[in-house]
Amino acid sequence: MKVKHWRLGVPRALFYYYYAPWWETFLENLGAEVVVSPPTSKEILDLGVGLAVAEACLPVKVYYGHAAWLAPRVEALFVPRLVSVEQKSFICPKLMGLPDMLRAAIKDCPPVIDPTVDLARRPEEGLRAAIRATARALGAGNREALKAAALAGTRYREWLAWQREGRLIWGSNIPSDCHVEQGATVAGNPCDCLLGQGLGPIANTGAPLTIGIVGHSYLLYDRYLGMDIPGKVARLGGRVVLPENIDPTLGEAACRQLPKRLYWTLGRKIMGTALHLMEKEEIAGLIHLTAFGCGPDSLVGDLAERYAHRLGKPFLLLTLDEHTGEAGVATRLEAFMDMLIRRRSA
Amino acid sequence: MKVTFPHMGHLWLVLKTALEGIGLEVVVPPPCTRRTLELGVRQAPESACLPLKVNLGNYLEAKELGADTIVMAGGVGPCRIGYYSQVQREILRDLGSEYEMIVFEPPDVHFSEVWEKIKYLNRRPWQDGVHGVILAWLKACAVDALEQEVQRLRPREDHPGRADAIFRRAVQRLDAADSRRTINRTVKEIKAELAAIPRRKKVPLLRIGIVGEIYTVLEPLVNLDIERRLGALGVEVVRSLFLSRWINDNLFKGLLPLPGHHPEKTAPPYLNHFVGGHGWESVGDTVAFARQGCDGVIQLAPLTCMPEIVAHSVMPSVQQATGIPVMTLYLDEQTGEAGLQTRLEAFVDMLRRQKGIRAG
Repeated sequence: MKVKHWRLGVPRALFYYYYAPWWETFLENLGAEVVVSPPTSKEILDLGVGLAVAEACLPVKVYYGHAAWLAPRVEALFVPRLVSVEQKSFICPKLMGLPDMLRAAIKDCPPVIDPTVDLARRPEEGLRAAIRATARALGAGNREALKAAALAGTRYREWLAWQREGRLIWGSNIPSDCHVEQGATVAGNPCDCLLGQGLGPIANTGAPLTIGIVGHSYLLYDRYLGMDIPGKVARLGGRVVLPENIDPTLGEAACRQLPKRLYWTLGRKIMGTALHLMEKEEIAGLIHLTAFGCGPDSLVGDLAERYAHRLGKPFLLLTLDEHTGEAGVATRLEAFMDMLIRRRSA
Repeated sequence: MKVTFPHMGHLWLVLKTALEGIGLEVVVPPPCTRRTLELGVRQAPESACLPLKVNLGNYLEAKELGADTIVMAGGVGPCRIGYYSQVQREILRDLGSEYEMIVFEPPDVHFSEVWEKIKYLNRRPWQDGVHGVILAWLKACAVDALEQEVQRLRPREDHPGRADAIFRRAVQRLDAADSRRTINRTVKEIKAELAAIPRRKKVPLLRIGIVGEIYTVLEPLVNLDIERRLGALGVEVVRSLFLSRWINDNLFKGLLPLPGHHPEKTAPPYLNHFVGGHGWESVGDTVAFARQGCDGVIQLAPLTCMPEIVAHSVMPSVQQATGIPVMTLYLDEQTGEAGLQTRLEAFVDMLRRQKGIRAG
């Protein structure tokens, strides 16, 4: 069989920040040339805002921008239809419709490769079906696909471990003052360390305040869209803990105190991290970063805030949209940090 | 135990009958008003969807009347309604207004969970309960049948408002009805009354299909009585979302031979997967209305409703392929009457001009 070598576009937005290593390894091993859009910029944001319906949430608009940027430059777009990535859970409805939404919005849209990923009922079979569908769309066989998936899985687990140590975020731009750890470089992919450091003992009162920042990865790690909030907090003298720095089982365990299981995968991650951190003495405060129009966050965030209030843990909600100004965000962060410092000395 | 529940159109009539049938004391929340909305909006998370806010207002108003238990529906995602009860419970707790909440949702482990809840609520011999449920179902069908008549009549009647007045009376009579015979008689008599309303002489009518999220479609408070407004503009409204069909599709799993939704047949290739809520149905129904020769479609949704945003996003390709104009209206506590009226008039004018061009 003659296999075509696709030039495949992968938008650097939404679930790219959760599955990039998996996707890139898998697609490249199937013989595709993977083109990832550049980090979010004003140009990309404006492109997306112009194409998406006004009521869509900010991350989806940014996704439109990345896809539209790629459209004239590639032979096909890789936009998996993410229904569910684990048992009995869902991703947001918008992710379920994303391929169709892009086809309707982008003029001269290249073919969209949109395998359905639905692991809600039978995770293993669901994953295999998605792998097969992708391979078929690229003209590769099943054996090749399973081999590529195995390689992708290994790379992905490695990356998760790195993330927990706060070392590496896949494919984001490297800030000049960031020290790249040895061994953290994966062939052909730029990567950098991030500021999350995990929890540890704090020696004396002169130590920086430890701040938990929860939110979706595509806000926390997209430096343009998320305004580099973790970086800003660090520069204000905070020691940042991010969801990825925490053992997922701890978050899951914390989430079990809710009377009903949270059925959004990411909502559970955010809620779990928040609940776990708010009970920790050494956490001075929590920041919840969310995007305007995010459905699950509107409920999950409100619950998290209520629980934090009851525990007396300072909680700052930052909502971003395309009109949010950087100065406003900086002011609120400064005020929050000042308040925490006063609280500590009181 | 005094039981209450959230409002959604004529749902109260059905739930009241069913719950009284199993021997519970029922507190119907006061009809939704601006006050209900304001009470809810003040306490609910700002960017939560509108039904959550109005429901909360219903609970707070029912509390004033002495209710202490809420019966409501839940779900297991991906739409937000599945988590309403949790958020509402925490809000009510923080307000010091505690309620017992009994949430009916697809069982997590076993069907016995649902059964346990019914057994917990039931106060009467089973035959009585079954009788109440059947009565409730008949009332749902009766209300829906009459409402459809009214939808047809509104643009045709001589003096706008008569059909609605008769319908309001019908709802009260159905509420009081306690047997199948009374329900049937009421339907027959009201239908005759409606048929006797003097009509206008031949008017060119527009037909507009309404699609969208069930709460905004069925609850006149939040859609600012859109169907009556359209009727007054000379538009015949059609929709495929009715309480009885919803009950049939969701509770009876489509067992009864009522026309149901089949988005899997009509929505592709525009939307190829379910997206929670009524998003898939909105796209499928739009296609169906286009095939039935409707002049336009209005999509209703609460602001930030995730499934409807997906449907809204693919509407351009539906419009392009079928030629049917679609207007999407997002509703929330900020939606003003004048703004809505203006948009409806503009849409209707546009459709009328298009139709004239096509006819001429």
